[in-house]
Amino acid sequence: MMEAQKYVWEGAIPLQIHLHESEVTTLPPPLPALILAPRIGYLPLLIPHIKPHFNSTLPPGVDTVWFEYKGLPLKWYIPTGVLFDLLCVEPERPWNLTVHFRGYPGNILIPCEGEDSVKWSFINSLKEASYIINGNCKNVMNMSQPDQVELWHSVFNAGNLEAYLKVSSKLKLGTAGHEYSANLNSGSFVSRQSTGDTDATGQVKTGRVPVRLYVWGVSEDFDDLEDAPQIDSWDKISYINRPVEIHGEEGKCFTLLDAVKSLLPEHFQYKSLTNEESSKEEGEDEQKVPSEEGGENLSEDVESCYPSDNAEVKLVRIQGIEPKLEIPFSWVVHNLMNPEHFLHICVCLKVSQVKIPSDG
Amino acid sequence: MDISSWDGTISLAEFHVAARALVEKWKRVSSASPPWSWVSCPKQPWVASHEVSVEGYLSLENIILVSIKEEHDELLSFPQKEETSCSDKEESIDIATLSQSDRDEICYYDLHIVYSASYRVPVLYFRVYYSDGEPLEFEDIKKHLPAHSAKTLLDSKWTFITQEEHPYLKRPWYKLHPCGTGEWMKLLFQGDVSLARNGAAIEVYLISWLSFVGQVVGLRIPYEMLNQL
Repeated sequence: MMEAQKYVWEGAIPLQIHLHESEVTTLPPPLPALILAPRIGYLPLLIPHIKPHFNSTLPPGVDTVWFEYKGLPLKWYIPTGVLFDLLCVEPERPWNLTVHFRGYPGNILIPCEGEDSVKWSFINSLKEASYIINGNCKNVMNMSQPDQVELWHSVFNAGNLEAYLKVSSKLKLGTAGHEYSANLNSGSFVSRQSTGDTDATGQVKTGRVPVRLYVWGVSEDFDDLEDAPQIDSWDKISYINRPVEIHGEEGKCFTLLDAVKSLLPEHFQYKSLTNEESSKEEGEDEQKVPSEEGGENLSEDVESCYPSDNAEVKLVRIQGIEPKLEIPFSWVVHNLMNPEHFLHICVCLKVSQVKIPSDG
Repeated sequence: MDISSWDGTISLAEFHVAARALVEKWKRVSSASPPWSWVSCPKQPWVASHEVSVEGYLSLENIILVSIKEEHDELLSFPQKEETSCSDKEESIDIATLSQSDRDEICYYDLHIVYSASYRVPVLYFRVYYSDGEPLEFEDIKKHLPAHSAKTLLDSKWTFITQEEHPYLKRPWYKLHPCGTGEWMKLLFQGDVSLARNGAAIEVYLISWLSFVGQVVGLRIPYEMLNQL
């Protein structure tokens, strides 16, 4: 179990960072900076490592650092790995980003005052996750000062998983599928039932799970990732920050696909698995297991075909992998969530008609 | 609603009911003031489908919340037309005690009430800007906030009012942190015997919420709003 968490924690993306040409004042222009960015980290945390590289060539002025990819300003409060999974459908290695030290697009991006902004964004997300899981933020708010420092440092450095786990376990944020007693807002019971086919966690609980879903749509099928349309505007992505509600049901396994569908009720008539469905899935191709190399064909749709569904799930990517959609959701959450206890899921949907957004 | 076991939070459906109630009552009670309106937003704006369900938020825009230097009550004023000239503006402002220096610093607020699925409560988002549309720097906003808010900001810089992306407009807005909302809404309702007994409590949820939260930015709720029907 620790294995998967360790891989997630140590996952990193090689970046090649180019200074925007408008800010180059010397000849020859500086070479791009190469840096390995932790998936679970955030871009502004890399600035102290990047700045020295470009310092001597910057125009005079105050630094207001921001990053962009192919013209799209990057939202600094989204973990680096999620940005990569979302914007680089066919993984690009190294990932070529442009850095700006001037001209912060304050009408689009929230201001960032360096490490403090990132830290507090992280802590606020952690509080939100805590509220979703436990119904209150008390455990986060009552963290001792040394614990807070320890927690942030372990994330900031993405170095010490053990240190992080030690502090994080004190927060009692066990998610569905683990032993905890859910204290739900709705006052419902805790159901402790193991599923028919054993998943590693063994228990199905009723509860709410912190999830952030990033959904983008295509109107035409694509077989190769390189044919997928480039996301060039944040308007093309729906950001859904809504907890997944799990209702433990005897003999039924709540899968990753179930979870995704439950967050998109306008596209899927979500029902829990019936016998009819399970037999249908046996006949389908297995979805290919994780590979960070690009260019793999997407497997055939594992979508079941409810007549009322008006979309198909084309791609689900979490921490750079495309998990089998039948995997129990509780396993996915426990092993692939980020340190602030949110599970970030990038989803591509095929819908019948995609609107072309107007500019602005 | 059984108040004793209630935790102060509401569902999305309840939020919609409460929002409708706020809009209607506000219109009835303060027909002279700018109205709250419901703004519908498609959940996935890139999908050209009629079946895409629609969410939304409450909006009250282009209002002036003037804080008078003697710390009297803040007043809710009429929205100003942007195209009027300076002198026209001064005449059409219906505030008796506005001093000269205050007039130079008039700023406008847009207030949005958005439902949070995580906290299961409403959340206040706001922007502040000058008459030319230029947004205020955070330091200047602090000067315009009522004194008690400014103090709370000093004590909890990162957790009281923060800048975050508006869930629908995708632009930076200021947001009031919802962490304690459930708790104090429960206290509020428990403390009011008539509310606790009244089955229509959800309809007054937002109005009660706004009477508390509005104080942060200096929005005063007309007294009649708080009367039970």
